[in-house]
Amino acid sequence: MFGKLSWDAVPFHEPIVMVTIAMIALGGLALFAGITYFKKWTYLWTEWLTSVDHKKIGVMYVIVAMVMLLRGFADAIMMRTQLAMATEGSPGYLPPEHYDQIFTAHGVIMIIFMAMPFFTGLMNLALPLQIGARDVAYPFLNSLSFWLLVSGVVLINLSLGVGEFAKTGWVAYPPLSGLQYSPGVGVDYYIWALQLSGLGTTLTGVNFLATVLKMRAPGMKLMDMPIFTWTCTWANVLIVASFPILAATMALLSLDRYLDFHIFTNELGGNPMMYVNLFWAWGHPEVYILILPAFGIFSEVISTFSGKRLFGHHSMIYASGAISVLGFMVWLHHFFTMGSGASVNAFFGLATMLISIPTGVKLFNWLFTIYHGRLRITSQVLWTLGFMVTFAIGGMTGVLLAIPGADFVLHNSLFVIAHFHNVIIGGAVFGYIAGFSFYFPKAFGFKLHEGWGKAAFWFWISGFFVAFMPLYALGFMGMTRRLNATTNPEWVPYLYVAMFGAVMIAVGIACQLIQLYVSVRDRKQNMCESGDPWNAHTLEWSTSSPPPFYNFAVLPKANSIDPFTEAKEDGTAYQKPAHYEPIHMPNNTATGVVMGALLTVFGFAMIWHIWWLAIVSLVGTIGYFVVHAARDDQGYMVPVDVIERIEAEQHARLVAEKKIPANRVETSLEQA
Amino acid sequence: MSKNRYPRLLGFLPLLGMFLMLGGCKWTLLDPKGQVGLDQRNLIITATLLMLLVVVPVIIMTFAFAWKYRASNTKATYAPKWSHSTKIEIAVWLVPVLIIIALGYITYKSTHELDPYRPLDSDVKPINIEVVALDWKWLFIYPDLGIATVNEIQFPENTPLNFRITSDAVMNSFFIPALGGQIYAMAGMQTRLHLIANEKAEMEGISANYSGAGFTGMKFKAISTSQEDFNAWVAEVKAAPKQLDQAEYEALAKPSQNNPVALYSTYEPDLFQKIVDKYEGMKPGKPVKHEKKEVAAVEGSDTGSHSTAGAEE
Repeated sequence: MFGKLSWDAVPFHEPIVMVTIAMIALGGLALFAGITYFKKWTYLWTEWLTSVDHKKIGVMYVIVAMVMLLRGFADAIMMRTQLAMATEGSPGYLPPEHYDQIFTAHGVIMIIFMAMPFFTGLMNLALPLQIGARDVAYPFLNSLSFWLLVSGVVLINLSLGVGEFAKTGWVAYPPLSGLQYSPGVGVDYYIWALQLSGLGTTLTGVNFLATVLKMRAPGMKLMDMPIFTWTCTWANVLIVASFPILAATMALLSLDRYLDFHIFTNELGGNPMMYVNLFWAWGHPEVYILILPAFGIFSEVISTFSGKRLFGHHSMIYASGAISVLGFMVWLHHFFTMGSGASVNAFFGLATMLISIPTGVKLFNWLFTIYHGRLRITSQVLWTLGFMVTFAIGGMTGVLLAIPGADFVLHNSLFVIAHFHNVIIGGAVFGYIAGFSFYFPKAFGFKLHEGWGKAAFWFWISGFFVAFMPLYALGFMGMTRRLNATTNPEWVPYLYVAMFGAVMIAVGIACQLIQLYVSVRDRKQNMCESGDPWNAHTLEWSTSSPPPFYNFAVLPKANSIDPFTEAKEDGTAYQKPAHYEPIHMPNNTATGVVMGALLTVFGFAMIWHIWWLAIVSLVGTIGYFVVHAARDDQGYMVPVDVIERIEAEQHARLVAEKKIPANRVETSLEQA
Repeated sequence: MSKNRYPRLLGFLPLLGMFLMLGGCKWTLLDPKGQVGLDQRNLIITATLLMLLVVVPVIIMTFAFAWKYRASNTKATYAPKWSHSTKIEIAVWLVPVLIIIALGYITYKSTHELDPYRPLDSDVKPINIEVVALDWKWLFIYPDLGIATVNEIQFPENTPLNFRITSDAVMNSFFIPALGGQIYAMAGMQTRLHLIANEKAEMEGISANYSGAGFTGMKFKAISTSQEDFNAWVAEVKAAPKQLDQAEYEALAKPSQNNPVALYSTYEPDLFQKIVDKYEGMKPGKPVKHEKKEVAAVEGSDTGSHSTAGAEE
């Protein structure tokens, strides 16, 4: 009836796990009670959960990312604590079966369930506005993508209390991840969490590619698209090309585990090396999917706060494209040590180095954007400058690892851990946090508290250096990754320092949470609903904050890379049209939530071999979708009087802030 | 508004330097005991210095530009529309290209010189050691000497070591950090590694690829000694009471953690090849051919065939 599921699956004997579950349960209960008490269920359902508005979906993505950042960081601090305790013969407090799940979960969560939704959320929020569109090309698909991600999130968190998570490392190499060496449900949780969220990511990629190709504002050429839109577009190209590889790889691993195929096993003709190749054929483009949008955010931040046009806009677009194309030709550098010949290794080493050329160009372009500018040192700029310094170091260690002769001694060591945290934290995460505070006013109409934001930056960056520089050193000392205890007394001080660095980052995260709280509490002092708090260049800032649900009352025109700056300069910004036209908008739909919920049940049933439930939920999902697709929903028209009312409010704000002269408003009102 | 912030950021640089200097001589990879490791260390240092040529200016420019063009410095030039300069564009593409050409040359050359499959140039007759990764210990077979050990190898200094490596469990990575590079150990395949010790030393050997619950304890001792001490050690192993017959091997292959050193005076004939073939033999259409494989392995004539694919099957 319940497959492999029984009460034994709940780890009652693990106090750490049970306390965590109890806290999550209490938190969830409090949230549930709060929503019920304040009678917010209808609001939540109609305004958020069933919304197809890209801005709201973007906000929900970022919320998921931040919650998962906390979860993934909790794993990180547990690992650092374990390694600081488990020295010179002490076993520490985490036995291998628990510790091995933690480092696997940390990797999967941070990449798939923190970084990916963070980037997707920011892209959802800003990209359609940047190109002057009213929504993405397929609003329902966007909602479905989000709920597929949530399915993956639910599954990976369920694994904490029901069963176990994979003990294989986030790469889940067979034969270790095969049935013979991992008979439990951990790898199945891994497979289905990645499979469901990966499907969502693929759909997002398709959706946003269609959006930039078909929905740009009148007059906006492809090469004039803002740089964040461009870097997201390259990331989406990579998504569409690489995520199907992940889906296929996971499907093949599923065949091995569910139907006794021997694709990746040691015996009966299986070959684990195929998995390693396939995994990294997805895995390497994946890191560029994470970093490229962050590059875009840094570009927006630097050009905005320098009060200057981005240096080498075209050069940046080509550099991003070169990174994307080359990113597909370097996967073997993750396993030079597998025994390929020198020529194969040399090819992949050289291809990897080529990537540093466009990346170097980007760094120089940011520098020359600051050059002859008027740089306002805001928290967003601090994150960007911190990134430029940190990433230069991380890039250098990356190129070092691309030299096969050097990689043979550094591979799988803590040097590698230090390198990729150097580029993922110092690159992607800094970018997302900068983007978060840059676009926060656009989403909510008030700015974040600068003091706490800067405090968060200083703790993050100093914590990063204190936590990861010792790992570079430990790599040179011969300490390999994924150890759960050490015996070498010379390593101990470094492990302590790294632990202290993790605590500093924790303080940085705490500063961010306080920043959110303080900013919401004091929001009246930081209102910026008229929409352009940073004196920025691109179209997303030309509408109010938060933007009306239709984004733009009239589709904006764009003739250059900085259309809003030009409009502000020649006085055509915020111009009111002679009259408004009704706007066609999509209806909200519950299909995304329902399909996400059914697929979560499907994933759970597959993990626990509850076949009848798997069939029921899968048939239910498909059936629900067919009904959704067959319904006759043409959306609705926003009537002109609604638009006029909303736009009049915005005009009142603009006049009050002296962004447009009062007399111009009068004439345009007459025209209306 | 926050001019005073900069000195605090600069404060990280000494911290960085401190980490780089702290007890540099105890850093295994920077103080290797073998020629391969030395070459690899020199490669790391050369490449790092070469890259610092562009990384250091970038970091300095970041601080300098941010300081000079801060908003409060109204004396600095302000050119909001200036966004293109062919000269600068050429320079920013050319500088990285030149560095990468230099680095690429070094990479291409060193990758062939440091190819782990390439036998080392030496007049001394090499020692052959066959390595089997098990859950979670290392089995070593000295085919020319007829002995086998678990979790310890000894060898004379200044003698090339020819390793043939496989696994009878999941994937591991065979690594003696003080001697130089690592290579994966995979079931049904054999990989090769060539190392040499330049001096007498007792070194740590590890698995560098996570392989499950007992991974942390999967360590061995690698000891380079004088020829006399090595001969004495071989004699000691030959006198060891344990013999690695089929039953003993099967017991050994069962998962176990933190295994002590074990010495075997004899082992099952062709054990290494049988372990490799165990998996290959199950492949349809690929019958086990012990004789043929052995001849090839002894002559080392298959070293040239690896360049097109992954490990040899």
